[in-house]
Amino acid sequence: MKSAIRPDPWRPLGAWTAARIALGRAGSALPTRSVLDFDIAHALARDAVQQPLDAGGLMAACREQLARDVVVVHSRAGDRSTYLQRPDLGRRLDAAGVAALGERPGSCDLAIVIADGLSATAVQAHVLPLLEALLPLLDGLQVAPLVIAEQGRVALGDEIGALMGASLVLALLGERPGLSSPDSLGAYLTFAPQLGRLDAERNCVSNIRDGGLPPEIAARKLAWLVRAALACRLTGVGLKDDSEAPPVAAVVG
Amino acid sequence: MTYSAVVGTRRYNFADLKAVLAKASPARSGDSLAGIAADTAVERMAARLVLADLPLRRFLDEALIPYETDEVTRLIVDQHDAAAFAPLAAQTVGEFREWLLAESTGEAQLAVIAPGITPEMVAAVSKLMRNQDLISVARKCRVVTAFRNTIGLSGRLAVRLQPNHPTDDARGIAASLLDGLMYGVGDAVIGINPASDSMAALTTLWRMLDDLIGRFAIPTQSCVLTHVSNQIRAIEMGVPVDLVFQSVAGTEAANGGFGINLAMLLEAREAALSLKRGTVGDHVMYFETGQGSALSADAHHGVDQQTCEARAYAVARHFRPLLVNTVVGFIGPEYLYDGKQIIRAGLEDHFCGKLLGLPMGCDICYTNHAEADQDDMDNLLVLLGTAGVNFIMGVPGADDIMLNYQSTSFHDQLFVRQALGLKRAPEFEVWLQTMGVTDDAGRLLPAHPDHRLLRDLSRGLA
Repeated sequence: MKSAIRPDPWRPLGAWTAARIALGRAGSALPTRSVLDFDIAHALARDAVQQPLDAGGLMAACREQLARDVVVVHSRAGDRSTYLQRPDLGRRLDAAGVAALGERPGSCDLAIVIADGLSATAVQAHVLPLLEALLPLLDGLQVAPLVIAEQGRVALGDEIGALMGASLVLALLGERPGLSSPDSLGAYLTFAPQLGRLDAERNCVSNIRDGGLPPEIAARKLAWLVRAALACRLTGVGLKDDSEAPPVAAVVG
Repeated sequence: MTYSAVVGTRRYNFADLKAVLAKASPARSGDSLAGIAADTAVERMAARLVLADLPLRRFLDEALIPYETDEVTRLIVDQHDAAAFAPLAAQTVGEFREWLLAESTGEAQLAVIAPGITPEMVAAVSKLMRNQDLISVARKCRVVTAFRNTIGLSGRLAVRLQPNHPTDDARGIAASLLDGLMYGVGDAVIGINPASDSMAALTTLWRMLDDLIGRFAIPTQSCVLTHVSNQIRAIEMGVPVDLVFQSVAGTEAANGGFGINLAMLLEAREAALSLKRGTVGDHVMYFETGQGSALSADAHHGVDQQTCEARAYAVARHFRPLLVNTVVGFIGPEYLYDGKQIIRAGLEDHFCGKLLGLPMGCDICYTNHAEADQDDMDNLLVLLGTAGVNFIMGVPGADDIMLNYQSTSFHDQLFVRQALGLKRAPEFEVWLQTMGVTDDAGRLLPAHPDHRLLRDLSRGLA
């Protein structure tokens, strides 16, 4: 029997875009394979949002592969549903977390917070390769023990960084998954972290994933930004990412 | 003034009018996040009882956000048409619902009262309405606008062609554009959300769309959805700008968060009008809105998100737009948690906008962290199609690769046209037939590899 699909003869134009063009149709609807492809992409994105971070596994891996001490904390959002509806709770540590970090007096140059954000998939996939590339580039800096934060948002790093006496906090977390990018990791750098910092006071390196910004290149950008932020004593709109330029060009705009 | 009602054996008190409105709202995550939602289902019903017996006039006497500190309130109060309100002046909110639904209330009466009702009245009555009420009344409203074609006529549905690309790549955009045109999409507007903010990159997009529309004499309009200040600059630089776009919200402070005010919108509209680029009408503005925008800017003044949204329509109404698009599911689950809340909000927004006299469209959409999927969007598409929505979005395969969310696709618009018998804007319908994209009945013809659009655009891409 003849196929009921009406193909679209402009399929070759698909070379110019990742958009879902020239899918053809069955009646007014998508061909079966296109429906399934879309739903697979959505399933990957949904699982990325819903699946819990394997904090224990990640902690063990950080200790073994990076030889770093690790603390696991939790935000005030008790579960995923609360996390999604109450961004304010995902920005604050629960009491146990405050106590755990408060027991570690002292100061440091940099605190690194690893949070699930909106994609645990991204964290599981890209945090270790990123840190393996980044930590050697931070030679000479005092880096606090790594903090793994469950149900955390970007601003949770502010409270954690402040408790750890860090000059600078780097928050690594899963970005909102797109259909074509369920595993995109974001990195946010904030100088003088404290409660109430604004997004305009951060620098962001986003889209860290295979097919996006590879972890090795992201690590070089971040290392440059870390040293520039410490030298200029600020982050945010005032600190331009000139990591492509020679290393001396730490320009304050 | 305090408000109260008894349900069963308990009396419920509400501090002020905005508390009544917030607690009467159907449940949604944004109002809970703001800490203003009803604590219990019964408290919600008590607030609705208060609302049902409240005289409509009360909304003229008690401003939710002070007149002195908010230019949106001043716009609403100063522009209110008392003569148009006169037929409703003795009604309560509950009676207003019944009047709207009455068989004797039709398109003509609804058009007469539109300048006499405020966003707060419309939001209030919507909170007493079921989804079917929102559809029944919106169906009776007709808002027709025009630029190079006519949008909003009875039995018609327009679609925005949204050929976004993550790096604004001209060939990538052209490929999606062609896909849309070959599916008969693009009568509402061909509108690009640019990734770039640079004037050079934006100008390339404006010129590309102007060239395409001119070369094929397409009876439609273009838009590059960048900040209004960029569009004013572009017009000053002689760039061919058809529609001026801007996101708007329902409070002065929230608009401040967008970097705009009413004076800027007025300046932009006058600049666009001065170009005289419309051929069959002079509606030059394209606004986007969405519940939750005021809360996300921390600028909601304790007013619930649906009422804030209706106030955004008062802003839009003042500038006689061609298109108003509520981007209902884009903002995320902290404002609208799941498919049920998104569907309800889409119907409320469409109803409120139409009743206020706006050419309402809807970006029927969701993000991947919302509890929603394609089935929810299918439901809202059919419901809004039935309610007479002026336009929807058309995104290749429903997947916007620049904004990372899911909207309605070129296929979806074919489906809803077929299911509900909805035609395209008349000028665009004729053009598609002339180009051999559709037959006389508006059905897609089999696409030939030698089709003029394909040949021409493919050559441009090579």
